[in-house]
Amino acid sequence: MPRFRHTEKILKMLRNKENIRDIGIIAHIDHGKTTMTDSLLAEAGLLSPKIAGEARALDYLEEEQKRGITIKTANISLLHEADGKSYIINLVDTPGHVDFTGKVTRALRAIDGAVVVVDAVEEVMVQTETVTRQALSERVKPVLFINKIDRLIKELKLSPQETQKKLMRIIRDFNNLIDIYGEPEFKQKWKVDPAKGSVAFGSALHRWGFTVEIAKKKGIMFDDIVKAYKENRYEELQKIVPLHEAILQMVVNHLPNPIEAAKYRVPKIWKGDIDSEIGQAMLNCDPNGPTVMCITNVQLDPHAGIVSTGRLFSGDIKEGDQVYLVGARKGYRVQQVSMYMGAFREVVDHLDAGNIAAVLGLDQARAGETLVDSRYSDVMVPFERITYVSEPVVTIALEPKHPKDLPRLVDVMNRLSIDDPNLVTTINKETGEYLLSGMGELHLEIAIKFMKEYAPGLEIITSKPIVVYRETVSKAGIIAMAKSPNKHNRFWVRVEPLEEKVIEMIEAGEIDEVMGRRRMGEILYRKAGWPAEEARNIWAIEEHKNVLIDLTKGVQYMRDVRDMVISGFRWACQAGPLCEEPIRGIKVKILDAQLHEDPVHRGPAQIMPAIRRAIFGSFLTADPIILEPIYRIQVTVPAEWVGQVSSLLTRKRGRILSSEQKGALLAVDGYIPVAETFGLAADLRSATSGHAFWQSQFDHWERVPENLARGIIAEIRNRRGLPPEIPDAKKFIDEA
Amino acid sequence: MGKLVFIGLGLFDEKDISLRGIEEAKGADFVFAELYTSLLAGFSLNKLENLIGKEIILLTRRDLEDENGEEIIKKAENGRVAFLVPGDPLIATTHVALRIEAEKRGIKTKVVHSASIISAAIGLSGLQNYRFGRSVTIPFSDGDFISRTPYEVIAENRARDLHTLCFLDIDAENRKYMRINEALEILLSLEDEIRKKVISAESLAVGVSRAGAEDPVVKAGAIKDLLTFDFGKPPHILIIPSEKLHFMEAEALRVLADAPKWVEELIK
Ligand SMILES: Nc1nc2c(ncn2[C@@H]2O[C@H](COP(=O)(O)OP(=O)(O)OP(=O)(O)O)[C@@H](O)[C@H]2O)c(=O)[nH]1
Ligand SMILES: [Mg+2]
Repeated sequence: MPRFRHTEKILKMLRNKENIRDIGIIAHIDHGKTTMTDSLLAEAGLLSPKIAGEARALDYLEEEQKRGITIKTANISLLHEADGKSYIINLVDTPGHVDFTGKVTRALRAIDGAVVVVDAVEEVMVQTETVTRQALSERVKPVLFINKIDRLIKELKLSPQETQKKLMRIIRDFNNLIDIYGEPEFKQKWKVDPAKGSVAFGSALHRWGFTVEIAKKKGIMFDDIVKAYKENRYEELQKIVPLHEAILQMVVNHLPNPIEAAKYRVPKIWKGDIDSEIGQAMLNCDPNGPTVMCITNVQLDPHAGIVSTGRLFSGDIKEGDQVYLVGARKGYRVQQVSMYMGAFREVVDHLDAGNIAAVLGLDQARAGETLVDSRYSDVMVPFERITYVSEPVVTIALEPKHPKDLPRLVDVMNRLSIDDPNLVTTINKETGEYLLSGMGELHLEIAIKFMKEYAPGLEIITSKPIVVYRETVSKAGIIAMAKSPNKHNRFWVRVEPLEEKVIEMIEAGEIDEVMGRRRMGEILYRKAGWPAEEARNIWAIEEHKNVLIDLTKGVQYMRDVRDMVISGFRWACQAGPLCEEPIRGIKVKILDAQLHEDPVHRGPAQIMPAIRRAIFGSFLTADPIILEPIYRIQVTVPAEWVGQVSSLLTRKRGRILSSEQKGALLAVDGYIPVAETFGLAADLRSATSGHAFWQSQFDHWERVPENLARGIIAEIRNRRGLPPEIPDAKKFIDEA
Repeated sequence: MGKLVFIGLGLFDEKDISLRGIEEAKGADFVFAELYTSLLAGFSLNKLENLIGKEIILLTRRDLEDENGEEIIKKAENGRVAFLVPGDPLIATTHVALRIEAEKRGIKTKVVHSASIISAAIGLSGLQNYRFGRSVTIPFSDGDFISRTPYEVIAENRARDLHTLCFLDIDAENRKYMRINEALEILLSLEDEIRKKVISAESLAVGVSRAGAEDPVVKAGAIKDLLTFDFGKPPHILIIPSEKLHFMEAEALRVLADAPKWVEELIK
């Protein structure tokens, strides 16, 4: 690969922050994001105009070309020249499929603006809503591109009035999203308006597009477009109103440069002291400030090792810099800095604030990490956690075909979970369970593909997908006392349900382990009405939304065992007593403890099991139940088939929320348990003769109906090789 | 009626068990032993089996802790059981839980003592037993868990002008035995972190290795010198003396523990 001719030029302009835009392309699946970026690549001279629109160049993985969908995020830096000015557009193309929304979430941290693409035929869809909502919550400003106008003309053959109505509806629906999810200070300013040039219309496939302003300037009317198609000379349109012009004009005029964006984005995604040296440097996007970068993507490159990609919020980064990862608490020397050119990375001397960099040499980096100049390691407050809208709720069990390949399997599973933090791997050597959990069936299917690619020749046997459940309690349990294995340490613990409100606060990232006890205490006291003592003494928040509270008073050595208590708590929450599914939504209160004088008699091997036993003991007296994941499902189907769809969904324990007319189609919106969706594709196809399209995405957890719960628990216990009976609380509770 | 006899195995090899201990073991229906709480460097299970003429059933930490020693208790409910434990059986270890459980279940218990590392180390060092405060174990830093207790115990003891006996952690399953220099490094790093000026590289320490063997090593000196001193094979144990010494203690350290001359300046 030759050095891109633009790289040199780009590098010269990096300090010119007013002319940088960090943007993403986001949308519902298949609405034309990648096709649209082809036009931008062609304009920058990185893609032959002959193939642009069909190449989908940023879908450079074989798997993406084969399936015709994007499955990863792709970064590219484009040089764009307009009106005698040069701009650098750091662009991220994101996937639209729900199973990969986690990648969109991470990408949003790195950008300031987004082009939201909406297919004019399908209009605003669930995933349009999801990605827009997430963009707004990261204070990423949107503009709108309504794509596939050619289909309105050629396929739907709409009249100009109908077309106009449809386009207005899309704009209205989109602004509605901004109204619902936007923050009060931004939503009026950020609504899109064709008259102001923040909406473009066009066809990515045929590479034309315009804003109202461009159309006026060039004296082109909608009728001209229709005519061009009718007379089959639509190819001329890309000369008259090239798509890249419309998109880039929106981007340059309506999306913020990094200096503007830092003013309001930094306070949102970083809760440190804005008046501190670091705070001020970030707020001003200062290239001379201390180096600060938020890592948003980590990939394991077979040659380069760990490649960490992220957004520089202050300072600059170059080879040899001493940097520190706040989460991993580790210092590193930067081995290499590069800039993205799609599938390739171009090594550069340095990059500075406002840019997106790829850094080599940070072996413990994970997405969401905060990187800082190591001289500031003590004072750096990490970025707010990246919170995902979706959870991995579908699991498959893996097994190497040849037992000797087990180490390779474990290796490649670990690698996968670094690449994609939304893939959860569970490796239990004792029970021989090797599980891979993801957002949905496609997510897992692709993961398996990658595993085979990473480990050529590795043959993997996969189970049918299984649903992931959660264990929780429905009332407060008794105070349970449990002793450590050596009987020299005792803990008194009570398990209670965690309020729905607090669970939501954790999910929204409003409270977070890293935020510091004082701030967390205050939020819980004020917003959740917790007693001050409990609010102030949270020791841990576990990933499955469980909270550990220390209410002991004056217990000697409690501080010494704190980390072990927390580990014991996490261990318990990983696999509950009902059937070893993760525990969700409990409050664990440690009420009292007695500890051995000597540290070796209260080491991890003693404290962790004692805590876990006490938690299980109280948990089992608290009317434990299991929860199942529920998808939100949207089915689009011609009106005459809607009856079949509703009755199918109801038969599968689904619930219909609403149905909405969209042209000739009806969009049915509802909930359905994930457990009922395996094979749904085939069922829907046969019920509607293939006329239904559907999309589903994890929405929430719900109690499993009582009549089913027993059977499900028994089945899971059986699968895990556990004795059929749920253990009695007595098994975990000791007598004083 | 059952009976459970705890028998000390002493310090070094199979010869440290007492004659009374051998008699009790010979008369037992079942003989159990655990070897995970201390390292008996010269010990051979085989030789001891020959000595008592019986098979010895070896128990793991799992058997005794996770399974609550059920196996021993069950056997002891209907017969005579001997349980062999390194050192003096109920001192540095936690087997008292087992003894209590046995008594609660109506099993008579008895203890046959043997030498303990506590008296051995103190005796070999020449420091006076009366001047020791609480003892403490220095644990391996287990991943993220670093105990501050050793530092705090030494601080308390020194504040009260007392010596501290530090047991060094062992991980029998992985055959890891903490060495004196490792322990000293841990203490110095705790000082670095907590900074209460309890010890420094210049402070006096006494290391004892292989007490009870033919070739025990006893060496007193500044921590910085002991860091590089070769104490030989495990087991090791460490004493952090008080800041002030009784004149007899100083003399004993000079003569018996090859202490540098400056320890005489520490005499009260
Ligand atoms: N008719 C027509 N088809 C289009 C247009 N834009 C894109 N397409 C087609 O729509 C399909 C999806 O396009 P992509 O660019 O892959 O869409 P995407 O949004 O990147 O898809 P994901 O990344 O998988 O979410 C392809 O078959 C494109 O050829 C358009 O303007 N008109
Ligand atoms: Mg795409």
